[in-house]
Amino acid sequence: MTAPRLRLAVWKFASCDGCQLSLLDCEDELLALAEGVQIALFAEASSNMLPGPYDVSLVEGSITTAHDRERIQQVRAESGLLVTIGACATAGGIQALRNFRDVEEWKQLVYARPEVIDALATSTPIAEHVKVDFELRGCPVSKRQLLELLAALLAGRRPNVSTASVCEECKARGTPCVMVAHGTPCLGPVTQAGCGAICPAYNRGCYGCFGPKETPNPAALSERLTELGMDRATLLRVYRSFNAGAPAFADEAARHE
Amino acid sequence: MSEGTRTIEVNYLARVEGEGALHLRIEQDRLVAAQLRIFEPPRFFEALLRGRDFREAPDITARICGICPVAYLMSACAAMEDLCGVEVSAPIADLRRLLYCGEWIESHVLHIFMLHLPDFMGYPDAVRIARDHPELVRMGLRLKKAGNAIVALLGGREIHPINVRLGGFYRAPKRADLLALRAELEWALGAAEQTVARVSALAFPDFERDYEFVALRHPEHYPMNTGRLVSSRGVDLPVTGYDDYLQEHHEVHSTALQSRTASGGVVHLGPLARYALNRDRLTPRARAAADAAGLGAQVCNPFRSIVVRAVEVVLAFEEALRLVDAYREFDLPALPVELRPGVGYGATEAPRGTLYHRYTVDQDGLITDAKIVAPTAVNQAVIEADLRHYLEPNLHLPDDTLRGVCETAIRNYDPCISCSAHFLKLDVERD
Repeated sequence: MTAPRLRLAVWKFASCDGCQLSLLDCEDELLALAEGVQIALFAEASSNMLPGPYDVSLVEGSITTAHDRERIQQVRAESGLLVTIGACATAGGIQALRNFRDVEEWKQLVYARPEVIDALATSTPIAEHVKVDFELRGCPVSKRQLLELLAALLAGRRPNVSTASVCEECKARGTPCVMVAHGTPCLGPVTQAGCGAICPAYNRGCYGCFGPKETPNPAALSERLTELGMDRATLLRVYRSFNAGAPAFADEAARHE
Repeated sequence: MSEGTRTIEVNYLARVEGEGALHLRIEQDRLVAAQLRIFEPPRFFEALLRGRDFREAPDITARICGICPVAYLMSACAAMEDLCGVEVSAPIADLRRLLYCGEWIESHVLHIFMLHLPDFMGYPDAVRIARDHPELVRMGLRLKKAGNAIVALLGGREIHPINVRLGGFYRAPKRADLLALRAELEWALGAAEQTVARVSALAFPDFERDYEFVALRHPEHYPMNTGRLVSSRGVDLPVTGYDDYLQEHHEVHSTALQSRTASGGVVHLGPLARYALNRDRLTPRARAAADAAGLGAQVCNPFRSIVVRAVEVVLAFEEALRLVDAYREFDLPALPVELRPGVGYGATEAPRGTLYHRYTVDQDGLITDAKIVAPTAVNQAVIEADLRHYLEPNLHLPDDTLRGVCETAIRNYDPCISCSAHFLKLDVERD
């Protein structure tokens, strides 16, 4: 068995580690995956850290420090394909809330010696710094999409990942619309599918953790949410959460500032 | 480098969550520095929570850590419910405990099999262990999956569950859905007992320390969601007294932010502490497993934490089975939570130890101040103390051996460095 195997690296920037953990949560597939892919670097899982170049790099986390701004260039240079995983890497994550505030003030709030803290004024997605070949959305990513991605890479094809809205998944799942049936505010119409529409299935509105879908119309949704009684301050917060830095959500939030 | 000076660096600690490094400096056979260095980028959660609605705290703080989001969900709920004067009903409390069992299982099993066991067996990772011992790793993966199945059913998904809200849940499960887990939980309880036996037979360094253990203590149960804050040195406080007991210190020389007692004491959180303070609350099979593994009234060898974690996995499966069997569907998955401005305190037992949240909320329901102390932030000081005590008599050992043991010693605590709410140590030593 000397078939060439894909050399995979998993990198972490500012994040909670949850998207990397999704790989280790593939309990049924992990050992088979390790047969098909050489995990050359995955610090959370292995102390065996092999040097690049890598065929594929999975990148978790956002760019929030000067050091990481340099490091992502190095990762790009060593990687054939670079795929970002999760809301931090694709939209800046929850920590992108700083983009709308004064990070110097935040440093003083949290740290006794703010002058020694290396933190950029912004938390930005990987694609703002280097070329990204594919993005997997979600806070966290879906395990199913992650496996589809890896299977596609092994087969040398493009991953089959929907850019439709959560509404489509709700329909497929047979979940009655929580907004129509119960008047529950829901970001499903503007949020990209991928999670399996779990929130409506659990009687709650989607809170947008997969970020904006392709060609969303958040202004129309905001109108409906206003009719349901949501005030401007709440609308602002609704769009400013785990994908606050995604342009479609950031722009809509700004309209309610 | 001057003669007789050795610097041992681990530039990127593997098999921990988050980014950390280790710096050891030995001069003339004397250890002058043993520092766990955190280079996880700060994410400013306590600052970004300001101005958010009090009901958002659970989902937002869950994002501090992808490995123990349930702990954040539960501590944030506890603090906000304390603020609003809400005590959840027994069926909701039971479901929360079941959810927490799921997280203890997936997190502990991940740590035992994939992060810590490779150290003791001499492999770089679990995948490499699986080449020689496939049945062992398969058992670990299946145990982990059983824990994740509980979290996914009650929480909607394994990582960052969506079904938790102040006052309870968005949706309570069907009895049939919980019972469907039963057969796997039965298998898992037996496998967890085998795990205790297996890890208790590992070779551990001969090393013990006298710790001040701190954990929650509940009148009936082994602690998870509620309890008083107790210590092995006689402290016994309500959670509202946390700030009087443990305070974060900013050390001028190292820029460390570390928690210590008012008198400067270093405390130890996590499985060893819970076990030492709550051994009498272990479930029957967990206690039998602990006895069979030769664990006494307390375990003071931190390297044996892997055994205590495995005992807690037995307990979590036993509890999960009890809660699944006792579950009856009920009408109100969440109690109404009416805002009452003020300060709320909450602490629960994350897999790595007590996780403390404190929030101040104004009359509009917006958070004006937040304090979050992750267990690893508290354990930082005890990890460094362990390193110093272990290293001092062993400095004659070659660098590679020292490095290996130090990494294992750090992993004893399953440190979760991603929990960088405000937890940072910078290495400012300059030659």
